[in-house]
Amino acid sequence: MILSIAEALGARAIRATRSIGKMGLFLGASLACAAVPPYRGRNIVKQIHFIGVKSVFVIVLTAAFTGMVLALQGFYTLRKFGSEGVLGSLVALSLIRGLGPVLSALLVTGRAGSALTAEIGILRIGEQIDSLETMGIDPIRFLVAPRLLGFLLSVPLLTAIFDVVGIYGGYLVGVKLLGVNAGVYLGQMEASVVLGDVTQGIWKSLAFALLIAWVCTFKGYFTRGGAEGVSQATTSAVVVSSVLVLVCDYFLTSVLL
Amino acid sequence: MNGGVHGKNVAHRASDGKGGICEPCSLEPYTGRSREPILRLVDVEKTFDGRKVLDGANLDIPRGQITAIIGLSGAGKTLLLKHMIGLMKPDRGQVLLDGVDINRLSRQGLCEARKRFGMLFQTGALFDSLTVFENVAFPLREKTGRTEGEIREKVRRILRHVGLEEAEEKFPDELSGGMVRRVALARAVVMDPEILLFDEPTTGLDPIIRNSILNLICRTYHEEHFTMVMISHDIPDIFHWCHHVVVVHNGKVVEVGNPSEIQNSADPFVRQLVEGDISGPVQMM
Repeated sequence: MILSIAEALGARAIRATRSIGKMGLFLGASLACAAVPPYRGRNIVKQIHFIGVKSVFVIVLTAAFTGMVLALQGFYTLRKFGSEGVLGSLVALSLIRGLGPVLSALLVTGRAGSALTAEIGILRIGEQIDSLETMGIDPIRFLVAPRLLGFLLSVPLLTAIFDVVGIYGGYLVGVKLLGVNAGVYLGQMEASVVLGDVTQGIWKSLAFALLIAWVCTFKGYFTRGGAEGVSQATTSAVVVSSVLVLVCDYFLTSVLL
Repeated sequence: MNGGVHGKNVAHRASDGKGGICEPCSLEPYTGRSREPILRLVDVEKTFDGRKVLDGANLDIPRGQITAIIGLSGAGKTLLLKHMIGLMKPDRGQVLLDGVDINRLSRQGLCEARKRFGMLFQTGALFDSLTVFENVAFPLREKTGRTEGEIREKVRRILRHVGLEEAEEKFPDELSGGMVRRVALARAVVMDPEILLFDEPTTGLDPIIRNSILNLICRTYHEEHFTMVMISHDIPDIFHWCHHVVVVHNGKVVEVGNPSEIQNSADPFVRQLVEGDISGPVQMM
């Protein structure tokens, strides 16, 4: 009985280690293909369009309401301490250093990451990836690398859009609705936001982009089990990516602060 | 005919729809310059999730001939095909292409070796976001430096060969099963490979379409003298379309020979497989 439990635990540990190793090798191969030419320019542009351009609407909508909620909640909290004047700083710093990169990453995971996993998963179960290999075409260079580059280029830009729109949403609520002085709002924001805050946000968004692309392409690339397998891979990709973004956010924040 | 039965051969003549009739085994098999097997699998073993799916498979693929691989579902036929082109690596054993173990090649070396192959998957494996023309042109665009004009000329010639010149702008989901297989065949031959692998090219097709696909494969063989390896469940019809037969059972090669030798085999399993008898060494529920 004890032996069989030990055996089962051992087998699980071996499987987990193998899985982590496989993910690591996959990431290495993907980064190598993304870094070394030739580049598939048209494919990369197509991915930027799909991941970036088509996510702008949802990013803008979410950013606007996030900024508005931040301003609303922040105003009533700050008023207890007589500090409504720092509302601009609160909204801007919260978005630029934390909420902007995290929420952008989560939105992109749900929208583009899931689609990416499903697309590559369907290519896998339809033997189209095998077909590429039989033609002597490296499927990681052909399929994964353009998507990885698409994420790395799009997610920071989407985060920047999120930050700007969110700050403006906070401005609308704080200044127009709640009566905070516009000059105070913007002046406090300008005084408190430094370059280091912006670069922190950019580093985070780059890290999140890499995580999302890595997990979603990996899950799709190694899908097995037909339509159900694709569905499971897609769900797993979104969940794992989202959790990793949040975990990574904590560690990055502790390192970058 | 190389081992076939005359009466059955006449009954199974297929028309290519253009007035031509093709008898695949009516010519001597083309062997080119060398009589050495072009592909050899030596003691190949493969295990998945603790289950041995290939158990010391030994197999020679003769150069310039059509080899049929037959066996029960789950016997390991598709796995053998995937090992031949390096889509899978064996846990033990070797896969030798002209004496070179493809599993010891570098990534670049394997890419070079794969240029000698063309493969037709069971489902066709066409790229569903590309048209018929783009699917067939795809390997030429990706792997050669040909101009767009040269590519267009070659693709259209091959589409005419498979009878699909009118369908070049269609997408795979607009095609019938037979048309998908023909496009897949066109894509498999467009790079002028030496070895063609077919994973159940006629499964799920009606008899007329099935014979037209086999006729097309046969015509391609006559014109280009590829080495061909074909997995098939069409027993005994497949014996009229091949020179060499390999019988696979439980991950092992149990018998090899020409069609006549296989049809007259004394092995009880081979007899049961060829005759389709539900009673025999293999018991079905």
